[in-house]
Amino acid sequence: MTVVVDEQMAQASNVLIYSAMLVYTGAVLAFATDLSGRGRLVAAASEPGREEVPARELVAAGGAASAGGVDAAESGRVQPAGPAGDAGDAGEPVARRQAAGIAVSLTWLAFALHLGGVVARGLSAHRPPWGNMYEFTISGAVVVTGVFLLVLLRNDLRYLGTFVVGPVLLSLGLAISVLYTQSAQLLPALQSVWLVIHVTVAFTASALFTIAFSATVLQLVQDRRERLRAADRPPRRGRFMDALPVAAELERTAYRLTAVAFPLWTFTVMAGAIWAERSWGRYWNWDPKEVWSFVIWVVYAGYLHARATRGWDGRRAAYLGLAGFACVIFNFGVVNIFFPGLHAYSGVG
Amino acid sequence: MVTTPEDLRNATPDAADDVRLPGLGPVGWARWAWRRLTSMRTALLLLLLLAVAAVPGSVFPQRRIDPARVDTYLADHRSTGPWLDRLGAFDVYASPWFSAVYLLLFVSLVGCIVPRSRLHWRALRARPPAAPRRLERMPAYASATVDAEPEAVLAAARTALGRRRYRRADGEGSVAAERGHLAETGNLVFHVSLVALLTGIAAGSFFGYSGQVLLVEGETWANSLPRYDSFTPGRAVDADDLPPFTLTLNSLRVRFEDQVGGNQFGAPREFDADLAVTQGVGGTPRHRTMKVNRPLDVGGTRMFLVGNGYAPVFTVTDGQGNEVKSGPVPFLPQDQNYTSNGVLKLPDARPRQLGIQAFLLPTWVQTPDGRPRSIFPDATNPRVVLTAWTGDLGMDDGAAQSVYVLDTSRMTQLRQDGRPFTASLAPGESATLPDGTGTIRFDGLRRYAALDIRYDPTKFWVLAAAVLALAGLTTSLFVRRRRVWVRATLVAVGEAGTDVGEGTRTLVEVAGLSRTEDSRLGDEVRALLAAAVSGGSSGGGAGPADPPPGARKG
Repeated sequence: MTVVVDEQMAQASNVLIYSAMLVYTGAVLAFATDLSGRGRLVAAASEPGREEVPARELVAAGGAASAGGVDAAESGRVQPAGPAGDAGDAGEPVARRQAAGIAVSLTWLAFALHLGGVVARGLSAHRPPWGNMYEFTISGAVVVTGVFLLVLLRNDLRYLGTFVVGPVLLSLGLAISVLYTQSAQLLPALQSVWLVIHVTVAFTASALFTIAFSATVLQLVQDRRERLRAADRPPRRGRFMDALPVAAELERTAYRLTAVAFPLWTFTVMAGAIWAERSWGRYWNWDPKEVWSFVIWVVYAGYLHARATRGWDGRRAAYLGLAGFACVIFNFGVVNIFFPGLHAYSGVG
Repeated sequence: MVTTPEDLRNATPDAADDVRLPGLGPVGWARWAWRRLTSMRTALLLLLLLAVAAVPGSVFPQRRIDPARVDTYLADHRSTGPWLDRLGAFDVYASPWFSAVYLLLFVSLVGCIVPRSRLHWRALRARPPAAPRRLERMPAYASATVDAEPEAVLAAARTALGRRRYRRADGEGSVAAERGHLAETGNLVFHVSLVALLTGIAAGSFFGYSGQVLLVEGETWANSLPRYDSFTPGRAVDADDLPPFTLTLNSLRVRFEDQVGGNQFGAPREFDADLAVTQGVGGTPRHRTMKVNRPLDVGGTRMFLVGNGYAPVFTVTDGQGNEVKSGPVPFLPQDQNYTSNGVLKLPDARPRQLGIQAFLLPTWVQTPDGRPRSIFPDATNPRVVLTAWTGDLGMDDGAAQSVYVLDTSRMTQLRQDGRPFTASLAPGESATLPDGTGTIRFDGLRRYAALDIRYDPTKFWVLAAAVLALAGLTTSLFVRRRRVWVRATLVAVGEAGTDVGEGTRTLVEVAGLSRTEDSRLGDEVRALLAAAVSGGSSGGGAGPADPPPGARKG
């Protein structure tokens, strides 16, 4: 069976990827504008104690109406109203929301172009577009954007936009400039239905780990600012951070994303083992890629345990989360290219 | 490690009575150590240690994966290599320190599972704990003052709780409810499955076996110990009693990328092995195909196509005119273009033993600097380039020798015109070796398949344990475990003069506590309050909103 690669389709894919990068750039700029604009607003409004929204006020908007005479308070869980909740101010919020809205629209557009590029790449070789490092990167990046947009439908995490779309843009740039590989058919070991299952789930898990990582970095920055403020040395730089949720809220966001990603990663490792059994005869052979997938799994398992261990929660658990993501990046970027093993499919060289 | 019931009792957090033990004897120390080992903090440290301990296995070559690379590493690092070897760097996953970490982790795990299972079993049968006195101190709390009767409010609350699948216990003027025990069940299932998984893997290495076979096109192989190139049996395997079957490799079809340029040119695309399989003694051969990703299953024994290469066919006659070799010799591929090297050892050659070192170039070209090389992995223009040695092959002293390496320590290289003798042969060509030592003919090219043969009776159990672990993990992470209390109390109003005439109203309080990460607990509490209030006062209608500050009961 000889299948000829469709060169025109491969060209179209490249054009779409370049276009997506252009639109992503616009989206990152809009997200950054949104952040900086909001920073000014909160700085202006925060003097008269706006940061501690009175609990009663907060809840009165949410739960009281239905019961007609309910006053409820969530003790200990009081947070400043999130980006969506504070629509009461006049003037600047409109401009601010505009920037975020534009950013999200641009991200959707870039996502469509990006997805088109990935699909065209697959069509050009009549197979799923993840046969080498270049394709892993563009497909993985499109899943990151897709997962982020899906999460946005239910939770307002637009403040994370810069820190999610920015890395996506960077990885596309890296892919097209360093990792580019001509479109071609698959190695025999990759010709399996497990390629679709194993790799798709791995992408999704990695995408969630990526977004969780962004939230964790912001959490640590926010945590540091909160401690400085507590020590009466208010931080001078990075005022846009004032617009973001408090460290505890960012921590919860990171945890919830990781809690979804971890079972998906478990499935990735299992599906990989099933495929390895079919392909190489052993479900576990301590191939470098397997070792690092295992390390990632163990580190994130450590993160989940740390959150439940007194003295290890908060910042220490966050460091474990960062370590876990460092392993994800290492597994993808370094192990694929530099470690000899059965997973040597990078096509770079 | 064996776990006695006594240990377990002391591993539970509520075993405070051993503080009264006289001194800290051996038993006391054991208990102390056991409690330390089974604590969450230790488990966490062991987990991190396991992650760190696994890393060297990806950095250093491993004997059980690629012994040849270990030998190369040892040859390249003469000072550090032996030390790394002593530390187990080339056998990380069988090393004492790696084993110690994971065994300790699993002991710690068992020590955690058992008492937790007992606690959970008890919790499953226990009634939800009664409402604490100060509900407003709970993490989530909401209250309202209404005109409805307390009993009506509580009844509405019970209905709402039932609809949300809470288990309830009615108290004096309050309802206690609990849900989400499934989370802890899932958590325990996950951890028990991990233990089962490890046990399954260990049992598999005990009852299973694996081996490697190199099969040249046209050759037949029988499943018996002497026919394996390497064989690794589990301890419970009787290697003399393997299931009888034979394989004949009719042909191996190979296709390489020739459509696309760049670094994909020459990449492998298709390997298909056509086999004839005969099961049992005297059975009829059946035609089967084996591919990468499509193993062959013969009575529970699985065979995998893991590699391929070329086996050039040679005919060699010695100096006395006797044919000392006629047949295929497997060569090892060295690069992506299948530049392969191999060795012919001819111990029967006379007057002296002969050794041939050869390179096979499947697509031979002459580079400008005069060195031949292969530019494509398929055999489009194959050539063999060889040199010859004569003397003592060193095969008589009984030491094991690699069939791919020629020990030239007791041999001399054949020379011609003052330079080492070399010959470059296309299929069908022959060369005369110098000094009347013999002739060699390159008859043609066959392919060989490298097969992994594997019997693993526990792999389905391992898979089942893994699936169960995933199910338990998902349940434990996504089921929310909550406790909720609803209390309705009559409170006197009117002292402030606002509600003159009415003596009492009902203060409805709802509080929630979560054992897991639960961002929606506040919503749940508010929704329950709303349901209790609207259900309870559907007859009377709710009054004004503000509860007087003093109405919060102490």
